[in-house]
Parts: sequence; C-alpha cells; structure tokens
Amino acid sequence: MAPDHVTRRAVLQGGGAAMALPGVAGAETGAMLSPESNRGRDMSTVEFTVNGDRVQLQLDPRTTLLDALREHLQLTGTKKGCDHGQCGACTVLVEGQRINSCLTLAVMHEGDSVTTIEGLGTPKNLHPMQRAFVTHDGYQCGYCTPGQICSAVAVLGEIEAGIPSHATEDLEHVVLSDAELRERMSGNICRCAAYPNIIAAIREVAAGDEA
Amino acid sequence: MKPFTYSRAASVEDAVAAASSGGRFIAGGTNLLDLMKLQIETPSHLIDVNHLELDRIERTPEGGLRIGAMVRNTALAAHPDVRRDYAVLSRALLAGASGQLRNKATTAGNLLQRTRCPYFYDTRMPCNKRKPGSGCGALKGGSRSLAIVGTSDACIAQHPSDMAVAMRVLDAAVDTVAADGTRRSIPIADFHLLPGDTPHIENQLKPGELITSVTLPNPLGGTHVYRKVRDRSSYAFALVSVAAVFDGQGGSRFAFGGIAPKPWRVAAADAAAAAGAGAVAQAALADARPTAQNAFKQQLVASTLTSLFRQKEARP
Repeated sequence: MAPDHVTRRAVLQGGGAAMALPGVAGAETGAMLSPESNRGRDMSTVEFTVNGDRVQLQLDPRTTLLDALREHLQLTGTKKGCDHGQCGACTVLVEGQRINSCLTLAVMHEGDSVTTIEGLGTPKNLHPMQRAFVTHDGYQCGYCTPGQICSAVAVLGEIEAGIPSHATEDLEHVVLSDAELRERMSGNICRCAAYPNIIAAIREVAAGDEA
Repeated sequence: MKPFTYSRAASVEDAVAAASSGGRFIAGGTNLLDLMKLQIETPSHLIDVNHLELDRIERTPEGGLRIGAMVRNTALAAHPDVRRDYAVLSRALLAGASGQLRNKATTAGNLLQRTRCPYFYDTRMPCNKRKPGSGCGALKGGSRSLAIVGTSDACIAQHPSDMAVAMRVLDAAVDTVAADGTRRSIPIADFHLLPGDTPHIENQLKPGELITSVTLPNPLGGTHVYRKVRDRSSYAFALVSVAAVFDGQGGSRFAFGGIAPKPWRVAAADAAAAAGAGAVAQAALADARPTAQNAFKQQLVASTLTSLFRQKEARP
C-alpha cells in the first residue's frame, strides 16, 4: 500500500517525468512548459483575466494557455488529455466562447477574459451544470468532466444565440434536441462513455433555463 | 516545440514587413500549433495576425460577400447572409471539426491547413511533403483515407478542408497582400496546387504573402447541399464529401472533398448533371488513380451523389 503522504497527483507527475526521460531532448520536445523549464529563455509578458482575477505572467512563448493555467496559475481543474485538440479535456471559455486551451498560446490572449471550471462554481456553490452532472452521474473517472461541463455551458449559449450545427435541419431555426446536443458535444471524448447521462444533465439545465 | 520568438502585428503593413524577414503568421493556431508540437512545423518567429481587424463580413458593391481572413469558422457558418445566400458554405463549415475548434479556426487558416495523411504526421516515416525527396510511405502503405485523383507518384495526400470544397463550388477568390504591398485576387480554382514533383508546395502564396479576405461572387440561389461521408457521424475528416448547388435554371455545380490534394471540381461533371449521379461521378473521376485500399472511394462518390440527388428531389 502507498504511504499516506503520496498523493495521486504526485504519482502521476512522477510517472510523467519518468516517461519524458529516455530519448527526448527535454524542454524542446516536452509536452509541458512549467516555470522551472522556462529559466534562461526569451520570455514574453502577457496579462489576462482568469475567473475574474487579473493575472500577469512572464512566459516562454511556447507555453500553451492550458500549461499557463495548470503549471503557472495552479488551476489544475482544466485537464490535459491528448494535448492535440482531439479530446476536449482542456476546454475553457475565452471571452465566453469554448476553445481547446491546448491549441492556443497563452501570449495570444493579452487582455482576454478566461473562465475555467474553477470559475464556474465552487464545491459549496456549484454551477447548475456541475450540480446536474452530479445528479445524473454524468461521469465515471471524472477526468474529462471539467472540459465536458465548460463545453456544455457554452453549448447552451450557442443554441440560445441561434448558432446552427451539423444536426440542425433548418439553418434559420435552431431547436434543442438530443441529436443537437450529441453533435455539439462531439469534441469532448469520455473514455468511460458517460454520454447518455451527460445528455440528461445538459437537458435538465436547459429545461431549468426555460422555466 | 522548438523555441521561437513571438510578436503581435498591429497592422497588415506591420505583418507583411515582419514576415519578409522570415516570420510565420499565426491566426487560430489550431493546425499550426499541433504541427509545431510534433516538430513538423518549426518556425523561428511567429507573427500574431489576430488583431488586424480582418474579422468583418461585408457585402461587396457588386452584391457578393467579402469575408475577412480572421473570421472564425463559427461566425462564418452562423452569419445571416451566409445561411441565407450561401447555405452550402454554412453546411460545409458545420460538418468540419468540433465546436471548440470552429470557435478558433479562421477562414484563411482553414484554406491553408495541412493534410491529415498519417505519413505526413509520423516523423519516422518517409514523406515527400514533409521532407522533400524522402519518398512516399503511403503509396504502398496505408492509403485508405487518401486521395484518388489529382495525385502523383510523389504524393497521394488529400486536402482535409470541408470549407474549401464549398468555396470551390461557389467560385470564391482569395485576396492577398504581398510583402511589397502588392494586392491580388486568386481564383480558388488556382489557389491550391497539385503535388506533381513538389508536394511540399501546396498553394500560390509567395513567402510573406498574407491572405486578407475571401470574396464570394453574387449569390447563385437554388438548392445548396453538402454531403459528407466519414467513419464517425461527427468530428471526423471526410472519406468523401460533395458540395452541390442546383441553381434552379437547370445548371448544377459539384465540388468534392476527401478525394484529391485540393478541392476537386471538373467542368465535365457539372455538365453531366442531366445524365444523373453516375455520369457526374464518372466525369469527376475520369483521371482517378486509386490504390487498392482507397479504390472504394470511387463507388462512394457515386453513391453519395445518388443520395444527394434524391435529397434535392425531396426538397427542391
């Protein structure tokens, strides 16, 4: 059994470091740019707002928004899955729009307003979407969940704004349906396949918004 | 990623001046950063062109539509004029990528995205597009997803865009400004290049030349359809896609995605519409050179056209 002081996070970080060692050239290929790996490089300054707080960072320009949030601001709610824009675990809201934070550089967000899962709600004051995911068991391992929830909040906003999707029959008339939600959530992969419960959670919040 | 320096361009003049000394433009970044992480792209300097006020959609004096280079895919697909007058473009955009990617990806960047050929992405494999002269791994390898027409012995990579296929059927023009300030308008038919012996050269742009907008001619009216066939029903690249406009006066146009190194359109295919789906497919694929693994795409083009003709008849 693992000693009490060994947390799951520490084990995961240790494992990640060990995997990065053989055969690759450290920071130049490394998947993550932490404050330590930035020493001695040309740095860029960027200032933006995260969950309502103004932050200023000195960053290696290679730092993605995802790594800036997790490694520099310790906002580890946003997850790194594939790091290539395929899984959606890193989804955050920038200026109210959902994007993959792994596929954008932090320095490209000067003046922007970023909302992460930590900014949507807190354990004591859950966002309605967070509460609905709990109620409907919209997850199993939970790793994709922050991205799913950020995406789901934005999806309801997109439908509200009348933005069509591939599932929309009449481009001029967007109607909320399970088919619409499934299509719009297709950029968020859930390895545990909690999809039916995720749809149920989003539908509950949508119904609440209408009421 | 290899180290690079970064600057924000404040104007178009700023951007092209910076590029003339060797920088690369970055807009949405959804494809470029992916490729930089894999060290397939290794720019030493990035010029951020997101603040050039190239994000407007406006009618042209002639009645067409000018789309700023930095207009995001979501904004373009949802624009009222595009939904009403160029529905095939809305449909094509919405069939591509995911909601998150469409919020970031730009009009110009979508035209310039690189192939998803697995040999281009795998740096351990030979690839004439990634490393000229290294050979093509796909020709005798896994080629199921790749191009069947317009290819060469050097490269059978397909162009991955949905948006560009709709722009091809609409006869869009790509507006650019060069490092010396010269502006030009390139018909989309000529914009992308076939691989020939130089598959690493994919379009007409000169070093440092910046796309400022894409212009659509006057609306065609009629019925607009985009059909995309893929391995999953969402968030996958096309095996085959067809953009079609039936203009209501008996004229028809077809452009194809997933089957060629560029958005594929053949005049003889447009002219064959009256003879039916089979004749259109035959004309479009007259010069096809498929591999054993992707020969199925020929039948898939014909089947997709058949289905599309039925859809058009059901909803004229």
